[in-house]
Amino acid sequence: MIKQILAVTAMNLRSLPQRMGTAWVIVIGIAVTVAVMVSVLAMAEGFTKTLKGTARLDRAIVLRDGSEAELASTISRENTQTIMDAPGVRKDGAGRPIASAEVVVIVALPQKKDGVDANVTMRGIGANARALRPEVNLIEGRMFKPAVREIIVGKSAVAQFKGLELGSRIAFRDSEWTVVGIFESGGDAHESELQGDVETVLSAYRRNLFQSVSVMLESPQMFDPFKAALTTDPTLKVSVERETDYYAAQSRNLSKLLNLLAYFVGGIMALGACFGALNTMYTAVSTRTREIATLRAIGFGGLPIVVSVLVESLLLALIGSAIGSAAAWVFFDGNTVNTLGAGFTQVVFHLTVTATLLVSGVFVACTVGMLGGLLPAIRAARLPIASALRAN
Amino acid sequence: MKYVPLMWAMLWRKKLRTSLTLLSIVIAFLLFGMLQGINAAFQETIERSNVNRLIVTNRIALTESLPYSYLSQIESIPGVAIVSHESWFGPYYQDPKNLIVAFPVEVNREFRAHPEIVLPKQQIDAMEHTRDGAIVGAGLAKKYGWKIGDHIPLHSTIWVKASDGNSAWDFDVVGIYEEPSNRTREDAMFFNYKYFDEARTFGKGTVGWYVVQLRDPGQSAQIAATIDKLFANSPNETKTQTEKEFQQAFLKQIADISLIVTYILFAVFFALLFAVGSTAMQAVREQVPELAVLKTLGFSDTRVLVLVLLQALVLCVVAALLGLATANFLFPLLRDTLGVVKMPLRVIVEGVVMATILAAATGVIPAWRAKRLVIVEALRS
Repeated sequence: MIKQILAVTAMNLRSLPQRMGTAWVIVIGIAVTVAVMVSVLAMAEGFTKTLKGTARLDRAIVLRDGSEAELASTISRENTQTIMDAPGVRKDGAGRPIASAEVVVIVALPQKKDGVDANVTMRGIGANARALRPEVNLIEGRMFKPAVREIIVGKSAVAQFKGLELGSRIAFRDSEWTVVGIFESGGDAHESELQGDVETVLSAYRRNLFQSVSVMLESPQMFDPFKAALTTDPTLKVSVERETDYYAAQSRNLSKLLNLLAYFVGGIMALGACFGALNTMYTAVSTRTREIATLRAIGFGGLPIVVSVLVESLLLALIGSAIGSAAAWVFFDGNTVNTLGAGFTQVVFHLTVTATLLVSGVFVACTVGMLGGLLPAIRAARLPIASALRAN
Repeated sequence: MKYVPLMWAMLWRKKLRTSLTLLSIVIAFLLFGMLQGINAAFQETIERSNVNRLIVTNRIALTESLPYSYLSQIESIPGVAIVSHESWFGPYYQDPKNLIVAFPVEVNREFRAHPEIVLPKQQIDAMEHTRDGAIVGAGLAKKYGWKIGDHIPLHSTIWVKASDGNSAWDFDVVGIYEEPSNRTREDAMFFNYKYFDEARTFGKGTVGWYVVQLRDPGQSAQIAATIDKLFANSPNETKTQTEKEFQQAFLKQIADISLIVTYILFAVFFALLFAVGSTAMQAVREQVPELAVLKTLGFSDTRVLVLVLLQALVLCVVAALLGLATANFLFPLLRDTLGVVKMPLRVIVEGVVMATILAAATGVIPAWRAKRLVIVEALRS
């Protein structure tokens, strides 16, 4: 039996080049489906990756209770001190808490691609922020000095928005700020930001309220005691979250929407590709009518015929998925895009085509190939031999 | 017209193949309808925005507030009919997932600056007399089953009340508005600025942005420049745009939706071209003897060409209409995720044009082949 299957399949595949005209329909239909699906999923993947970024289990972020994002939160100066002195916060060599009370404001900067203003985050960070976020590395220039209007800029922000190059001056809030450094931060959301000294930003914006406090914990296990200490303190009304949970929540909505788009559009396209595949395979079977009938007449069973048709359609589907994945990879992997994140500010991220996405592309292709090949294969096996032999 | 039955018979010569091709085209146009529909619905919101209105925001960013004192200064500029203001409240209902678009406003200003909002006079009066009154959009009221007289507790993600340090704000529904010219905007809520400003802990005496209704839309550029000049070099410089520019810029911040839609649809139609083109070629190949008979009977070459082209056209247009109808039927399901209500009519027109192009592109080679058919050779095959 296996010999029969191999023989019929090999014979069928050898004759495939003669049917190339219609075979392209399967290949291209699936290639396009896979390319679209993988690209949109790559967008979701890249966004999630950027927001999860360098989040750590042993870092926590404190916001006002009821606020979903930093921009909406407010924390008074005395409260920031209480939070940083809470049990569980790691101390540096000098005995100061490794923590940063921060303020987040929005600066409208034109996007490079179309010149339309976008909301870019400007974060005022505390004196110990470098110890808190060791992943932040200056790649050009130097750190800003406190009390002067200097900022450092994330490399994604430099790439996406106008006027952020080293040494350039940005005018806002009746003052000019100089870009003195460019930093990278492991590809996380901070790379879309501008950062300056918190007290300078507060005074420029004439504010006296902080928005969040990020702290480094002594260990991931210290999160519960730290949270308990803050939430039971009657002078505080705050919510405490692990950095990992906070950023996961920030990316949830958009990645959900993108996943929905990918599976909805991809699903419909896959259905369309199925119809194309069915058409192709029915044609393939009908051009092989005589050949199949002859095989049956000389004693070949139905199964080898079914297998040969299925192998043909699966093979074409796999070629299609390879082309589609390759196209998504070549054209879109690493593409930089920006969108309005959950915090009403721009997040710059890169489309990321991962191995998992490629596997799901192959999965879709195989499903379409199977569905498109099955009915024609059954028809092929059931051909009435006598009349099929007479077919022209 | 008398050739319609003939064409129909030729089209359905191979039922299975024609049905499968038809379904592929239906699917493609279903996607076209949905995606282009979303795109067009967003564009429509932009286009329908009032050219008579300016939006004045803080130059630094939309999230920075402006002092309330600007109101009378803007109002005194010649050519300004009425000035209203809105602020971002960012509330949710019951669960943080149920975000609501709500603005604290001054009722007598807000609804005069937005004449497209339909609201009974007595409901506006009721709002003025009810400190914690709220006027909700018909869409929003339907979504949560709210009606006039209902008491609704909301949570603001931004604003805390000074009295109790809580972010819970309560409202009484006193009116339900409609906006027949743009149903997507019936999902918002308005409440009293006074209630809001007196109760909040910080930001007192400021507003989010101003809405300026002009007497003459022709003056919009000039008045916008006047407003920005008025506040230049002040601690709160302004940026004045028409409502249309404002909305366009906002959508562009989210993503270039039309670019993404174009990419996807380009891919879909590229694949469709192959699928339909290949079956059209096959169909004509199989019809060779019949076409030869028709020519023998005296059909001119051109008539045969037209006959084959018309087959492609009928197939594509019928399938496209089926696809677009399905899209139109499914479209309202997107309201909760994307806020779009109805598929714009122009999408159907665009779809039919696309179908015609598709028919021409896939039908022209087979039709040409049919035209060039030599009777003797064709009959011999």
